[in-house]
Amino acid sequence: MFQYSDKVMEQFKSMKNAGRIEDADGIGKVGNPVCGDVMWIYIKVDENEVIIDCKFETFGCVAAIATSSLATELVKGEKIEDALKITNKRIVELLGGLPKEKFHCSVLAEEGIKKAIEDYRQKKEK
Amino acid sequence: MNNPIYLDNNATTKVAPEVLDEMLPFLKEEYANPSSIYSFAQSIKKNIEQAREKVAQLLNADSSDIVFTSGGTESDNLAIKGIAYANREKGKHIITSSIEHHAVLNTCKYLLKQGFDVTFLPVDKYGIIDLKELKKSIRKDTILVSIMFANNEIGTIEPIEEIGKIVKEKGIYFHTDAVQAAGKIKINVKKLNIDLLSISAHKFHGPKGVGALYVKKSVNFDNLLHGGHQEKGKRAGTENVAGILGLGKACELAIDYLNDQKQQQKIKMLRDKLEKGILEKIPEIIINGHPEKRIDNTLNICIKYIEGESILINLDLEGIYASSGSACTSGSLEPSHVLLALGLPHEIAHGSLRFSLSKYTEEKEIEKVLEILPEIVQKLRNLSPLWKEKKI
Repeated sequence: MFQYSDKVMEQFKSMKNAGRIEDADGIGKVGNPVCGDVMWIYIKVDENEVIIDCKFETFGCVAAIATSSLATELVKGEKIEDALKITNKRIVELLGGLPKEKFHCSVLAEEGIKKAIEDYRQKKEK
Repeated sequence: MNNPIYLDNNATTKVAPEVLDEMLPFLKEEYANPSSIYSFAQSIKKNIEQAREKVAQLLNADSSDIVFTSGGTESDNLAIKGIAYANREKGKHIITSSIEHHAVLNTCKYLLKQGFDVTFLPVDKYGIIDLKELKKSIRKDTILVSIMFANNEIGTIEPIEEIGKIVKEKGIYFHTDAVQAAGKIKINVKKLNIDLLSISAHKFHGPKGVGALYVKKSVNFDNLLHGGHQEKGKRAGTENVAGILGLGKACELAIDYLNDQKQQQKIKMLRDKLEKGILEKIPEIIINGHPEKRIDNTLNICIKYIEGESILINLDLEGIYASSGSACTSGSLEPSHVLLALGLPHEIAHGSLRFSLSKYTEEKEIEKVLEILPEIVQKLRNLSPLWKEKKI
C-alpha cells in the first residue's frame, strides 16, 4: 500500500469540486480506463476569461482523485492564461509529495486542465 | 471509532491466544539452543519434535518428513529450487500455473534465467487449471509440477487429487503451495499423492516468520541453506523455537477447527451473507473465483466503474480492513495477474476487492460492511465518468 501525505488524504476526503457542470464551457477528458485512471475536468468561463467554476469526475486511485480535486481548486477564480501555467510539479508540491508511481496522476491533472481550456477555445471560435 | 473490522485474513491472521501462551515460555526462560546436549536444551528439542508431530497430523504425513522453515516463501523456494537443482541431470522442465503466488511464480521465473524451462498453465474463468493441458504439457524432461492448493486472491481450490494421480503415473514430483489451504480444508498428503507441500503459520492464527515444508522421504532434493545439521541437514540454522512451537499449537487448533462442522459452517455462512448482501445492494458486481470449489472464507469481487484503492482507503477510514488485487495498491501498474488470468479486462480488474474472514469474524461485522460498502460505492460511482457513460 502507498503512503500518502496528509494533504493528499485531505483532498481525497473533501473532494470539494466533485461532480459535473451541465452547461460547461469546456471539458477536458484525459486518461484511459485500461490504465486505471480517467479524469474529466469541467470549466465555466466568464466574459473576462476568468474560470468562475471548475469541477471534476474521476475514475481512479486515491492519487488520481486527490490530484484532480486539487487542480480544480487551483484554477477556480484564475484567468485562463494563469490556469495554463499550472504544472504537475506544482500540483505535487502542493500535495506535499506523491509516491513516484503516482506522478502520472499529476500529469493527467495538468493535461485535464489544458484540454478543458483548449475545448473552451475551440467552442468559442465556432 | 468502533472496533476495527479485520477482513484480510488471507494476508495474515490474528495470533490465537492459545498460540501466544504456548510460545511465551520459549521467548523467556526456555532459551537454550536445542542442539546443545544438556537437559535444559534437550527438553526444548522434545517440544520441537512434538510440534513436528502436530504439523504432520494436520497433513496426515510422517513427522520425519516435516522440515521447519521461515514461512511460505522459503518453503516454496526450498521445494522448487531444491527439486530443480537436485534433478537437473534428469530434466530441466517445470510445470506450474499462471495464478500461483509470487513465491512460486518468481522462483520459477528465476529458474528460467538459470536455464530451466517452465510451462505456465492457463486457467479457466473460475481459476481452475485445465487437466488436459497439464497432461499435454508433460514432457520426458519434466521433473516437477507445482500447482497451488487454493488461490490466495480468489480462493479457488485446484483439482489436487486429479493432478496427484496424473503426476504420479508419470513419475514426476508434485509440489503444492498449500499456504491458503492449510487450516481451512482437510489435507491428506498420502491420499492426494503429494510429494512436497508448503505451509505458513501466520495464515492460520500462528506467528509470522515460521512455516514448514512437507517432503516425502523418497524425494531427491537439495537444501538451500547450508550450515549446521538442524532439520536433518535439510535446513541449517538454529531453530526458531518459539515460532515452531506456535506453529505446532496453530496446527492443533486447526485440527480442532477442521473437525468442528459448526465453526466451519459459521465462516461459510458469513461469507455467503456478505456475498449475497453485496449482490443485492450493489448493481454491476462480478464475483471472482469458483462458485463452489472455493475456500469458505474468501470473497473476491470486482466493482465495475470504480478503482480498488479508492474503495479500500474509504473502507479504512470507516475502520474496515480489506484488500485489493488492484494495480494501485500493489505498487505495479498492472492489475492482479490472477484476475487477468481469469480473462477479466484490465479496467474491470482495477476495481477488485477481497474480503477474507476468519473464525473470529462476527455477524455484526459483516452487517456493518453491508451498511457501509454500498455508500462508498455510490459515492465513488457518482464521481466516476465511466459510471455515467458506462463505456466499459
